[in-house]
Amino acid sequence: MNNNELPLWEVFIQPKTGAQFQHCGSVHAADKEMALQNARDLYTRRQEGTCIWVVKAEHIISSNPDDSESFFDPADDKVYRYPTFFKVSKKAKGL
Amino acid sequence: MSTTQETTFQGKIDKGLKIEPRDWMPDKYRTHLIRQISQHAHSEVIGMQPEGNWITRAPSLRAKMVLIAKVQDEAGHGLYLYSACETLGITRDELISQLHTGKAKYSNIFNYPTLTWADIGAIGWLVDGAAIVNQQSLRGTSYGPYSRAMIRICKEESFHQRQGYEIMSKMANGTPEQQEMAQDALDRWWWPSLMMFGPHDLDSAHTSNAMNWKIKRETNDELRQLFVDRSVKQADLIGLKIPDPDLKWNQETRHYEFGEIDWDEFWKVINGDGFCNKERLNNHTTAHTKGQWVREAALAYAEKRNNGVNHE
Repeated sequence: MNNNELPLWEVFIQPKTGAQFQHCGSVHAADKEMALQNARDLYTRRQEGTCIWVVKAEHIISSNPDDSESFFDPADDKVYRYPTFFKVSKKAKGL
Repeated sequence: MSTTQETTFQGKIDKGLKIEPRDWMPDKYRTHLIRQISQHAHSEVIGMQPEGNWITRAPSLRAKMVLIAKVQDEAGHGLYLYSACETLGITRDELISQLHTGKAKYSNIFNYPTLTWADIGAIGWLVDGAAIVNQQSLRGTSYGPYSRAMIRICKEESFHQRQGYEIMSKMANGTPEQQEMAQDALDRWWWPSLMMFGPHDLDSAHTSNAMNWKIKRETNDELRQLFVDRSVKQADLIGLKIPDPDLKWNQETRHYEFGEIDWDEFWKVINGDGFCNKERLNNHTTAHTKGQWVREAALAYAEKRNNGVNHE
């Protein structure tokens, strides 16, 4: 087996101007230029993007799905963050 | 392995939720996926060879451009799948090495030779057609990265099947020689295409777990039937004859009945005795070995620049 596998980069694509970048997969590349070119060749063969981000996979920090309940539960009991929590007269317009 | 974890895992699957790379999963689920996804990835990449064989001899510039784009897509599909497979904790080097040592397989179909231009038509129509049936089903697979790769691949793959069918219909309506070539290609590719779906459900070592875990959503035989039903009508439309004397429409089941597959041939080819097994693997190993210095040089260059020695 070879020990010279090129580093792994995660690829994010902005499908059109103004849209959010979305993760779409990964590529192997020796450096950032090669990572961008490989990502372009692999993920935008049919004009799927207007811009690409590549990030070395080792630099991505993920929350742990096993802890997701306790990690996200601070948001559980805050229904007042939604507009439907508030009772206002139907006659009031523009709210 | 705790039972609670297994219950949570199976619960998610039963609810139709996707499993993501960092979620807990049984070891056997992981190894099953690595085996299946890597086999799928290797098939895409090895599948570039039979078609690449005709790039320099494509009959027109249009046909040549299309074929190049198609072969490039196959490379892309292989890479989407390697990318999905690596999320399971195996490296690309290990995957490639498993292909080279024969531990990992690729689809049997690519061990058959492409003798005439009509074979390029037959591959697009039948081989990609069979692959699409399988891949459409796999869009619903339980492993998130695999499912996402399948969705992407299906979007791109339908052009492949149409270009193949276009070649076949042109030839089937062409000169007597072209018609003969088209029929001959169908005769040679039909049965291997049916074999692509794998052994009968009862003989398949992997079906049961794969169905419970929703890695596979439909069985080999169900998918094969769907493919036959579609293809018979497509063949009729362009005046080609499916090479199966037992083929007949069953009004009750509303499916085509078809003859028994030559499983001896299937196992023979899987175990290395097909027309092109050696050539396909040798080409891959050689290309990989010859590319070694490029990877080394690229890494050395990147390291040099990281150390602040920039020659730009």
